[in-house]
Amino acid sequence: MTAKVITLTSGKGGVGKTTAVANLAVALAADGRKVVCIDGDIGLRNLDIVLGLENRIVYDVVDVIEGRCRLRQAMIRDKHYQDLYLIPAAQTRDKNAVSPSDMVRVCDELRADHDFILIDSPAGIERGFRNAIAAADKVLVITNPEVSAVRDADRVVGILESEEKYSPALLLNRLNPVMVKNHDMLSAADVLDLLAIQLIGVVPEDEGVIVGSNRGAPVALEPKSRAGQAFRNIAKRLQGQETPFLDLDKQDGLWGRLQRLGRK
Amino acid sequence: METTPSAVQIKGLRDGLLVTLTGEVWEEQLASLVAQIDERTSFFQGARLALDVQSQTLGLDELMQLRDLLSERGISLWAVVSESPKTEKTAQLLGLATRISKPRPEEGRKFAAESAGDDETALFLTKTLRSGTRIEYPGHVVVLGDVNPGAEVIAEGNVIIWGRVRGVVHAGAKGNRKAIICALDLSASQLRIAGEISALLKPQSNPRPEVASINKDGRLQSEAWQPG
Repeated sequence: MTAKVITLTSGKGGVGKTTAVANLAVALAADGRKVVCIDGDIGLRNLDIVLGLENRIVYDVVDVIEGRCRLRQAMIRDKHYQDLYLIPAAQTRDKNAVSPSDMVRVCDELRADHDFILIDSPAGIERGFRNAIAAADKVLVITNPEVSAVRDADRVVGILESEEKYSPALLLNRLNPVMVKNHDMLSAADVLDLLAIQLIGVVPEDEGVIVGSNRGAPVALEPKSRAGQAFRNIAKRLQGQETPFLDLDKQDGLWGRLQRLGRK
Repeated sequence: METTPSAVQIKGLRDGLLVTLTGEVWEEQLASLVAQIDERTSFFQGARLALDVQSQTLGLDELMQLRDLLSERGISLWAVVSESPKTEKTAQLLGLATRISKPRPEEGRKFAAESAGDDETALFLTKTLRSGTRIEYPGHVVVLGDVNPGAEVIAEGNVIIWGRVRGVVHAGAKGNRKAIICALDLSASQLRIAGEISALLKPQSNPRPEVASINKDGRLQSEAWQPG
């Protein structure tokens, strides 16, 4: 078994990197894959909260790198899935506590026993970002349909392309089909037109995502959630399965019907 | 072989490393640079490297050999700075930049009317310029691709973009008011020719190829391209 290392990054903060890592990890684990998530945001950790594992942290990734514990000791097992682990970031240190080669070493040690290693990158294009992409086999650039987020994503794609060893794919998060229809939001086509890279998935805006993050129960666990379905589909694509894209114009539930009524 | 004091000087830049090579014999400088790199592989791994060779005259073979040696070690050479015009020319032939920091445009410097076409060197790029990319060139620039928002193209000569311009394009950057900018879509860009600026902020749904130049009234203006 050789794990595939996938890094999620965005340039801009707050577009949903951590949420996406948590959801993809859960969805991959639900498919029976062995998954480790690494929180690369040293000093501002929160992947543990989104996965609901906050109070189980004893050791973190900096402890591993600085030799205070073995790798196994820093791996926290998920509440639901036997084969899903989190390696948390240190909260009391900063990005300089880790170097790109440290990340490569940690990932190489994990590769043999897992299928996927998901790395949550911090915002920005500095040291923390460099650390997060150092070991990556694949990079997912995540963005929102907002001009500012897309510009930062473009910058990140440019950096990744100049390094030539990464072929970034795009994850468009928080698309609101109603706003797109009313021309109040960039469409997936607009974003793709500018970034011109492979699209791995579009996740619709969904209040359930925030609720899930706060509760530590990622929305990918919810069978009915459309955002959850979108994340599950992306997880399938990461496993190499052809999966059709969601039809986002289909609005389910009372809220969608109300919104459609409101527009008439 | 006698050992000379290290002719290799390495300095960190904002986005990479600047290596200055001085000395008499090129092979020796090359060997000592390679030795330094091999000593600290992890430091150099994946680095972007600019090279300052001062007044040395280097040919195509020498620069190509250097570039190959570096790329074998995972280092990308992106610029060669030299006081020798021949070396500069060679570097340009290889598609390398020849300056690493932004030169201040010399305001008000008078250019002879013909000077736009005087120096026929052009930089030819076949990729989309993404946000954060800055291309500066002392001649003309041709881009086969888009100029995305947040990207900049600065040329002393003319600029031709076979694609959409959404970023900043500056032609005639050293004051040549005869310079022009052509693109397939100029409808949402900031254009500068010499000291004139025009900002076009609304993308059009049916963009047409346009040419921007300074008109008789001294204003920067763009017009639809008329074939023939």
